[in-house]
Amino acid sequence: MKTRRYAIVIDTLRCIGCADCVVACKTENEVPEGYCRDWITEATTGTFPELHTEYRSERCNHCSNPPCVHACPTGASFVADGSNVTLVDPELCTGCKSCIAACPYDARFVLPEGYVSKCTFCMHRVEVGLDPACVSACPTRCMAFGDCNDPDSEVSRLLRTRTWKVIAPEAGTEPNVYYLT
Amino acid sequence: MNNRRSFLKIGALGLGGLAVAPTLMRRRADASATFPVQPGDSVTMTPTYCEICFWQCAGWTFTKNGRPWKIVGNPDDRHSNGRFCTRGTGGMGAYTDPDRLRTPLLRVEGPDGQHFREATWEEAFDYIAEKLNHVRSTYGGESLAMFSHGNGATHFKTLTKAFGSANITAPSYAQCRGPRDDAFLLTFGETVGSPERTDIENSRCLVLIGSHIGENLHNGQVQEMATAIERGAEIIVVDPRFSVAASKAKHWLPIKPSTDLALLLAWIHVIVEEGLYDREYVDRYTTGFDQLKAAVASNTPEWAYPITTLHPDVIRETARTMARNAPATLVHPGRHVTWYGDDTQRSRAVAILNALLGSWGRKGGFYFPSEVAFEDEPHPPYPKPRWTWADLAPDAYPFASSSIASLIRDATADPSMAPDKPIKAWLVYGSNLIYALPEPEKTIQAIQNLDLLVAVDIQPAEICGWADVVLPECTYLERYDDIRTSPGRVRQIALRAPAFEPSFDTKPAAWMVKQLAPRLGLEAWFPWNDMEEWLDRRLAQVGSSLEEMRRIGVKTLDGEGPLYLAEGEAMEFNTPSGRIELASEQLAAAGFDAVPRYTPHDEPPPGYYRLLSGRSPAHTFARTINNPLLNEIQSENDLWVNTVTAEDWGLKNGQEVRLRNSAGRISTFPIRVRVTERIRPDSLYMVHGFGHTEKLLTKAFGRGADDNELIENVKIDPLMGATARRNTFVTFEIEETGVEAV
Repeated sequence: MKTRRYAIVIDTLRCIGCADCVVACKTENEVPEGYCRDWITEATTGTFPELHTEYRSERCNHCSNPPCVHACPTGASFVADGSNVTLVDPELCTGCKSCIAACPYDARFVLPEGYVSKCTFCMHRVEVGLDPACVSACPTRCMAFGDCNDPDSEVSRLLRTRTWKVIAPEAGTEPNVYYLT
Repeated sequence: MNNRRSFLKIGALGLGGLAVAPTLMRRRADASATFPVQPGDSVTMTPTYCEICFWQCAGWTFTKNGRPWKIVGNPDDRHSNGRFCTRGTGGMGAYTDPDRLRTPLLRVEGPDGQHFREATWEEAFDYIAEKLNHVRSTYGGESLAMFSHGNGATHFKTLTKAFGSANITAPSYAQCRGPRDDAFLLTFGETVGSPERTDIENSRCLVLIGSHIGENLHNGQVQEMATAIERGAEIIVVDPRFSVAASKAKHWLPIKPSTDLALLLAWIHVIVEEGLYDREYVDRYTTGFDQLKAAVASNTPEWAYPITTLHPDVIRETARTMARNAPATLVHPGRHVTWYGDDTQRSRAVAILNALLGSWGRKGGFYFPSEVAFEDEPHPPYPKPRWTWADLAPDAYPFASSSIASLIRDATADPSMAPDKPIKAWLVYGSNLIYALPEPEKTIQAIQNLDLLVAVDIQPAEICGWADVVLPECTYLERYDDIRTSPGRVRQIALRAPAFEPSFDTKPAAWMVKQLAPRLGLEAWFPWNDMEEWLDRRLAQVGSSLEEMRRIGVKTLDGEGPLYLAEGEAMEFNTPSGRIELASEQLAAAGFDAVPRYTPHDEPPPGYYRLLSGRSPAHTFARTINNPLLNEIQSENDLWVNTVTAEDWGLKNGQEVRLRNSAGRISTFPIRVRVTERIRPDSLYMVHGFGHTEKLLTKAFGRGADDNELIENVKIDPLMGATARRNTFVTFEIEETGVEAV
């Protein structure tokens, strides 16, 4: 079976940190009040008036080497067949938080129901050919979603032609959310 | 739509097949139960256009199993290009907000003083009609003033005109974009409109003067700015604050606030003196060049340096950058421009600069918009008012092109201004005047002089607390409104249709007007039974129907005009000279500067800082703070304080302070300090709209501070009556000690 390496590539030159991606995710996925699966980080360096500010839309990195899945004692955290997308089975999850401790991105949380939740890369949308809600909502079109194993995909093209970085590469998780700089 | 609904169902079914990488599982795991769409779910889509701000993006309201789900943009819509902004995406929160108004309220006098009691619609309408009929018979229909914001106001405006009043107003003019509109009228004979006719996506150079696109989420402009960035446009941002736009810019000019006009004149000076202007364009279309040249002769970059604190080399370099990219250089006119009291003249300088660069009517500058206009249904002529708002101060504001909300407020507060023109009733539709007009104590004083204040709103905004009658409207997701016809590159219309039945005992404005009109003897102006009938007849004018629009949401009509001037095309401008007026004879004739001239503004006293305010991408004015979805993104504002200033006062990041203005007024609520390098040390900044005092707004009450209550030293633009916000100087009230640190 063909393996897909799904990624989101985010152009920080376009991103304005407006958090539309956060609201789009919350409504699409009915994330309860008080929780979010994606969020905005602002990073400012320099001193007045020589400044640089970067906004980043952050979420689960759907790592190719996912520490959350390795850490899960029940098998609730798993990698979807045929891709790198990490998901959580609420029936198997005991809410032990091992995955939360293992995740270097702080991408996971425990819902009041007692199981862990996080970004799914909107697999229910991807399965029918739609982009994840965050990607499709973004007014600046700063995000692209696709398969890095497909050299003709938009994400592959962007990663070939632009400079990029990932968050916490030193963690060895092989993250799949990229930031164009 | 049906296809889309089926797709979702198929997708949900398909997800059952998800399996687990063998090396990582103990037994088969399945996350599909957590996915938002499950087999058998019933999904509906209803067209709407957004009411959360004035951009009016068209989209689809989704329900799932009859419950609210999400709102997304309509791909056919040129306002949104299929993508809503943060606020539009969060529009569902307006519907789900548990703090919404639920039933009509009547102010009554009880043994313990005044309070509201719940009323039936009949009672509310009877009360309003009795008071309004008394106002009309005693003072005349002119004594009713209507304040509005938003698209639901259509029929209330008709009602007001039929009642005999032309005093229909909105703070969006004299408290926001008015100076810009009048400056462009004076220069080009046309305004820039809304959405603005700015061709940002094709701009090679974009100049933003205090305009923080990206924080103000005017959707189309934000999208086009991102496109311009992608295409390598050179962005120049003039702002005391390192705004989001500044962070995208090639040149950030951290100007000393209140000196923008000096910079603009220096730019004009450079472009004129170095011969960088578009000679052919200036010769063909403009008048007054020699007068302009003489007027700016002394406005050198060296002259502007000590005023603006911007180095002459930077001023020259940015002027040359603009000229190099012209005519695809857009010096953006901004939107909220009521800053210092000479805002029309500052906006005139923006218009003149654009004219010199030849950007009006040119690709990458300002395009010529197209729009759709509907004929009103036949109705009796409106009674001719004996006086209008313009007669309240007949010798002032000769260039006001629209009614001045603050003037109507002031005349209500001080009847001696125009003793024979009393304003005795206010109808306030969706406009929280306590937060929208400066000097709220004047607004409250005016309200004391009224026989009747009716507030129509969806939430218990502060203005409702001052009303005699509160009429609870259903949200935009629960009603039809007028067809969207606003201008753009193509002629488009959009429909707003209800996705839900009205909640609680709320009603659409159209229904309210239909009930009220016969009680005022005005039913002849409303010859329709309901909005469906009214809209269907309206849509027939353009060969469409309600049925079609319910299906497609947005329709593009033929007949758009050319976007740009053709090479060498002759053009008659709607100005007295028929040309673009670099020097304005009509301004000179009225005793104003024909060419803008810089005059210094007041400076903060020692220990005080200039208070600046702006927008958040998560909120619109003061009207969305209680929206549960948007409140989660931003529940309070913070106070931007430069690191050096914070050190001077011993302020820590996150510390709560109150602000005191130079008149001694202290903010009702404290605000958290945000220590940052991203602002000049002489200025403070907060997002407008927070610090609500209405406890019924449970998520907004007491969160953050309200800049509006601190606005002082309100200079009024003598050309058109705009009220300036930025001559406000504040200092810190440190919470822990209760005494002022020095």
